[in-house]
Amino acid sequence: MAYDKFTTLTSTAVPLPIENVDTDQIIPARFLKATTRDGFGDNLFRDWRYNGDDSPKQDFVLNNPIYSGKILLGGKNFGSGSSREHAAWAVYDYGFRCVVSSFFADIFKNNCLNIGVLPVQISPEFLNEIFEAVYEDPKTELVIDLEAQTITLPSSGTQESFDINGYKKGNMLNGFDDIDYLQSMKGEIETFTESRPF
Amino acid sequence: MSKSLFDKVWDSHVVRKIEDGPDVFYIDRHLIHEVTSPVAFVGLKSRGLSVLYPERTFAVADHNTPTINQHLPVQDPLSANQLKTLENNANEYGISHWGLGHENNGIVHVVGPENGITLPGATIVCGDSHTSTHGAFGAIAFGIGTSEVEMVLTTQCIMQPKPKKMRININGTLNKGVTPKDVGLYIISQLTTSGATGYFVEYAGDVFENMSMEGRMTVCNLSIEMGARGGMIAPDEKTFEYIKGRAMTPKGADWDTAMEYWKTLKSDEDATFDKEVTYNAGDIEPMITYGTNPGMGMGISKNIPSAESVEGGKATYDKSLAYMGYSESEQMIGKKIDYVFIGSCTNGRIEDFRAFASIVKGRQKADNVTAWLVPGSHVVEAKIKEEGLLDIFEEAGFVLREPGCSACLAMNDDKVPAGKYAVSTSNRNFEGRQGPGSRTLLASPLVAAAAAVTGVVTDPRELL
Repeated sequence: MAYDKFTTLTSTAVPLPIENVDTDQIIPARFLKATTRDGFGDNLFRDWRYNGDDSPKQDFVLNNPIYSGKILLGGKNFGSGSSREHAAWAVYDYGFRCVVSSFFADIFKNNCLNIGVLPVQISPEFLNEIFEAVYEDPKTELVIDLEAQTITLPSSGTQESFDINGYKKGNMLNGFDDIDYLQSMKGEIETFTESRPF
Repeated sequence: MSKSLFDKVWDSHVVRKIEDGPDVFYIDRHLIHEVTSPVAFVGLKSRGLSVLYPERTFAVADHNTPTINQHLPVQDPLSANQLKTLENNANEYGISHWGLGHENNGIVHVVGPENGITLPGATIVCGDSHTSTHGAFGAIAFGIGTSEVEMVLTTQCIMQPKPKKMRININGTLNKGVTPKDVGLYIISQLTTSGATGYFVEYAGDVFENMSMEGRMTVCNLSIEMGARGGMIAPDEKTFEYIKGRAMTPKGADWDTAMEYWKTLKSDEDATFDKEVTYNAGDIEPMITYGTNPGMGMGISKNIPSAESVEGGKATYDKSLAYMGYSESEQMIGKKIDYVFIGSCTNGRIEDFRAFASIVKGRQKADNVTAWLVPGSHVVEAKIKEEGLLDIFEEAGFVLREPGCSACLAMNDDKVPAGKYAVSTSNRNFEGRQGPGSRTLLASPLVAAAAAVTGVVTDPRELL
């Protein structure tokens, strides 16, 4: 599914300084029963966000109105566990366009890139600095420039560059997805298939 | 140039290399289930695309199927709708479908090998992270997202950067009561849940050579829990013996040709790895987890490690132990439990039920324990009956259920209630994984059996 182009993003951020946030927390399995992609944002972090009676848990960051924005700040090893793309859909559908962490689980990172959420991996030191700045002032903005592959904290001037392969970067800048590319090489794929023993 | 097992299989499936980008990677066999495939078909339809090779995709219902009364209509309307959607999509695109009630039905990662879908040297993907299971046969097998499911359906390829390579060596002899599950949990406890992220693992050494195919599947299944995309073991006589004659394995002359190729599937002597770790089999004891990720595991006779000795920071550690209702440095032996679950793609094969039976035989289920015994497939279920294990279970007060993923992720009715403790042979102890508020202790079938008959966490070696 093609998605919105991603070029630069200037936004406040929502801090979630927990490590090893797994995809069962991002979207619990019981919410995976849909047959379309709509509405997963409502259940993003469902069990951290709501009590059993569906009342909001006041101490969870998504229920705290002073924090908002299109950037989610997560602890190390964000997105571990299941391959459910629903986790990335929930992040996107809630309104985040970027997740910043010091380390991402592999499949989650891939899924994000496939649906137009930019995973930005930075050093643990810079991540700490950002957490502190956001806690100090929730209006703190971050600037993410995909073309330049940089993330900047304007309040202190700290900047880091982040990795993304050239192919995926091109896709995100233009809003393309892999199916567009793969469709264009069907003949090559059919020839390859003939050589497969099984 | 010398190559590892992984290099040999990966490189032979690259259709095109993209500069500063991923490889266009060919998929031999594709498994789909009801939860992660529907949106992929929606995508196909909205673009007006077709399924390129329907004979290379296999649809199996498993994630939210009930494990009792499977002959009756599924009660939950959302689950019923997903199951029907899988069936309709399979029919519309000419994909084989093993739905509820089909003799080949079961957990996708159990029925793949049973039916010879899983072969050495093949590439296998599924929208499920435990696809790593199939690496036990020397296949490259890993979980993918739904966007990639759509890619495979319509082009039989995905775009993947080649992962780095890691080899995990374990030599020596496993101690009494130590099963392949313990080996897996031990590795994760040493590496942490992100220790192998970015790598594809090869397991090597006598421990894996001496392991049964079922055991190898258990270990490879857990590869994702150390962060690896997948893990694999070089195929050997045991592998060939297992796959020979199965429904979808090559036959006759094709078998001979395939065997010639399969025998080349091992790492060259001088193959290099980006990371290599070695453990000693004798250091591993029966394992149990105490926290909320699979890396928070320990030898069952030990005490819960202190915050300082655990990766992940004190805030994360405290949150985890508070959720579990445990304290630093406590012992796990003797902790009261409420539920026991044996099953899942990790430990739902015949060998696992044999192990469970070896302890419950002649004993009785503890009164405070609710036990769910869920075979990985109808084939496993039939073997349980054939081998007389069902009689042992029933005499001990246990009931055998019907196959499915069940309480591993609690998408069906098999949910552990909030606050209750489950000793589970599955693969994840995340918060709420087995039902909102549930508390999971991951362990082997032997540890699960010992807990089931005593009602508390018990060292299985005392009962063997």
